[in-house]
Amino acid sequence: MERKDDNISAMCKPAVGEAGKTGDWRDATPVIDPAKCIASVKNRHACFLCWLYCPEGIVTAGVPVKIDLEYCKGCGICAEECPAKAITMVMHEEGGK
Amino acid sequence: MSGNIQIMTGNSAAAYGVKLCKVQVVSAYPITPQTSVTETIANWVERGELKAEYVRVESEHSVMTVCVAASTVGARVFTSTSSHGLLYMHEQLHWAAGSRLPIVICCVNRGVGAPWSIFNDQQDSIAQRDTGWIQIYCRDNQEILDSVIQAYRIAEEVYCPVMVCYDGFVLSHTMMPVEIPDAEKVCEYLPPYKPHTILCPEDPRNINPVIFPWQRRDAEGVLRDGYMDMRFKLQHALEASHDVIVRAGLEFAERFGRNHNGMLWDYRTDDAEVLIAGIGSIATEATAAADLLREEGIRAGVVGLRVYRPFPREEVREAFRSAPAIVVFEKDISYGYEGALCADIKAALYGTGIAAPIHNFIAGLGGRDVKASELAEAVRSSLSAIAGGTRERQTWLNCVTE
Amino acid sequence: MPEKLFKVNTEEYILPGNRACQGCGLTLAYRYILKALRGNTIMTVPASCLTVLHGLYPITSVEVPCLNCTFASTAASASGLVAGLAALNRSDTTVVAMAGDGGTFDIGIQALSGAAERSTDFIYVCYDNEAYMNTGTQRSSATPAGALTTTTPVLTKQQGKKDMMKIMEGHDIPYLATCTPSFPLDLYDKFVKAKRIKGTRYIQIATPCPPGWVYPPKDTVKIGRLAVETGIVVLYEIENGKFRFTGRSKTLAEKGNPAPVINFVERQGRFKKLSMEQLGHLQRWVNSRWAEYLKRAEAS
Repeated sequence: MERKDDNISAMCKPAVGEAGKTGDWRDATPVIDPAKCIASVKNRHACFLCWLYCPEGIVTAGVPVKIDLEYCKGCGICAEECPAKAITMVMHEEGGK
Repeated sequence: MSGNIQIMTGNSAAAYGVKLCKVQVVSAYPITPQTSVTETIANWVERGELKAEYVRVESEHSVMTVCVAASTVGARVFTSTSSHGLLYMHEQLHWAAGSRLPIVICCVNRGVGAPWSIFNDQQDSIAQRDTGWIQIYCRDNQEILDSVIQAYRIAEEVYCPVMVCYDGFVLSHTMMPVEIPDAEKVCEYLPPYKPHTILCPEDPRNINPVIFPWQRRDAEGVLRDGYMDMRFKLQHALEASHDVIVRAGLEFAERFGRNHNGMLWDYRTDDAEVLIAGIGSIATEATAAADLLREEGIRAGVVGLRVYRPFPREEVREAFRSAPAIVVFEKDISYGYEGALCADIKAALYGTGIAAPIHNFIAGLGGRDVKASELAEAVRSSLSAIAGGTRERQTWLNCVTE
Repeated sequence: MPEKLFKVNTEEYILPGNRACQGCGLTLAYRYILKALRGNTIMTVPASCLTVLHGLYPITSVEVPCLNCTFASTAASASGLVAGLAALNRSDTTVVAMAGDGGTFDIGIQALSGAAERSTDFIYVCYDNEAYMNTGTQRSSATPAGALTTTTPVLTKQQGKKDMMKIMEGHDIPYLATCTPSFPLDLYDKFVKAKRIKGTRYIQIATPCPPGWVYPPKDTVKIGRLAVETGIVVLYEIENGKFRFTGRSKTLAEKGNPAPVINFVERQGRFKKLSMEQLGHLQRWVNSRWAEYLKRAEAS
């Protein structure tokens, strides 16, 4: 039997993906060039402005820097703010990824 | 009566009820004629006789908002208001019921503008009948005090808010002897409030966000309610509260020796040829009218509704089962149709085969005085009209209608 | 780890896959607010973009308890939380009310004024994206003169921006501050400080909004920065009546001058009908306010 909703009022628990896989929202995907990314080039924790400015908090600040593409909405702030111009927003091809 | 009896106004009686229930948060905004309820409580709080947070908000909309938030976090809350104060918090009344919070308020019934009236009628609370609040109407000051206590018991069991209503000036400012129950006995009658809402950092929840029309699975795969399913739960809770209200009243009677008759009360109805229906002090006045009528040989009786929501459908059907004629007096009007009580009684009798003619009198709006003799005369006029074949009629009592 | 570089709490309280727009200035600001408040917090939030960010039943995207409330009632909801927590001896939990400019400058102003006047012990946050954004960009009293909105779609907003900071100053509260997510560390520090102060604290966040201000999402941080560079937004705090510039505005006050406001307005589609007269008026307003702040900073 399907478990019923036992809430008598609207109370929610936290979970990832309330709006689904928001990576689907993108029409351009951020790609990081490790040859330009300051943290990768210096091979230590440095810069990380992409981590600082990502509204979604889905940048993992490490060597290398990683972006969670399942949820990245493709806003492009990281690419815009990167002082080394190491991030490119690669436009998706028409009708595809 | 025995024990601690004091002469006090209806407003004081309400305040004593609140004090005995050890309410923890009170929000207050002044409006005639309820103001002295919250003034009395302010006095106790500032003297340390009642340990409560007292929030002197800047409007009635905020009054109810404070109640909602404090109740959500787990505190027992109270406020009182009247007329435009109740109207101003209308949006929040819906919010409180939808939140399933056991908030208790007193509504000291007063007419609504425009134009202004400070005097008594019941338009204010009757107009809130669709909000999902339980509504109890009191006949005397003892009942006010006792009903406040019962209200917390009921509210905290069914998780629905309760409005204890009583007529402005008629009861709020009239002195009557009232027995103040023993505080310990009240504690035994009223267990501590156990909130169903969770608002703590250790278990973060989002309460009352937007909800879709359809059901939707949560992260654990449980299919959760859509809007309408949740609304059905509120309706179901209101309907189920009927039995809780009756039981709370009977247990109160056992403990404190006073029975306020649960959903409705009756007076000299056994052999009645005409039954008068009403709510609150107009129904009390009708008992005097019934006595006058009986003196002249008309067998009149009174059925007074104590609880208006949930509407006591079964009790009403039972009470009016053998009535040859029904006359409804009320201090409210649903403009464009008829008195709300009359319409609700007619609807309750639908399909039962009860075919008595039902006459509606709109009386006492904006505090116009209603005398027992006028009620008696109204009943006499209805009985003649009924004899002449008029099965339904709406009359505005003692009012310029031409 | 970034905390060595940025000296901030690195925990994230907003979960991915939330319902905010791409490049939302509010999300960036909220990320740092929650980092600064560190969890022992109860939020109360009205109908707004923020309630959408928090998510729809039965899932929430934010790992902090939150009570949603009606549009007009945010500060009163906070007052109720504060009273309830006090009654239950749980006053060590910070209560934070957070509403947009519509919910603060307009419909929410009455409840906010009341709560502040009562010295309610809470933080009130206004994220000011300068219009009713959640309902599709209608004009509010926070919309600057000359801006296009759906209710000022042809003639632009005629009145200047209401000075809500001045209004809140009139309530004799211990802490007020302005900030913007484009300078997240300045924002973070202000919330860390605010959390430790007792009484009513009011923080207003200049919040860029890509769809409402009409610029590409990638420019959110840049636009907010330009707002500060041009003096349209001034970063400051007023603690017990003492005015102090902070961050980039402090540097500008000490060492330079704000850039011309045209640098800010020309990047946003909402200003495409801005007349020369309105532009001149805007520049004069920015100049006179900057001069006033310089005087206040000196006197402090």
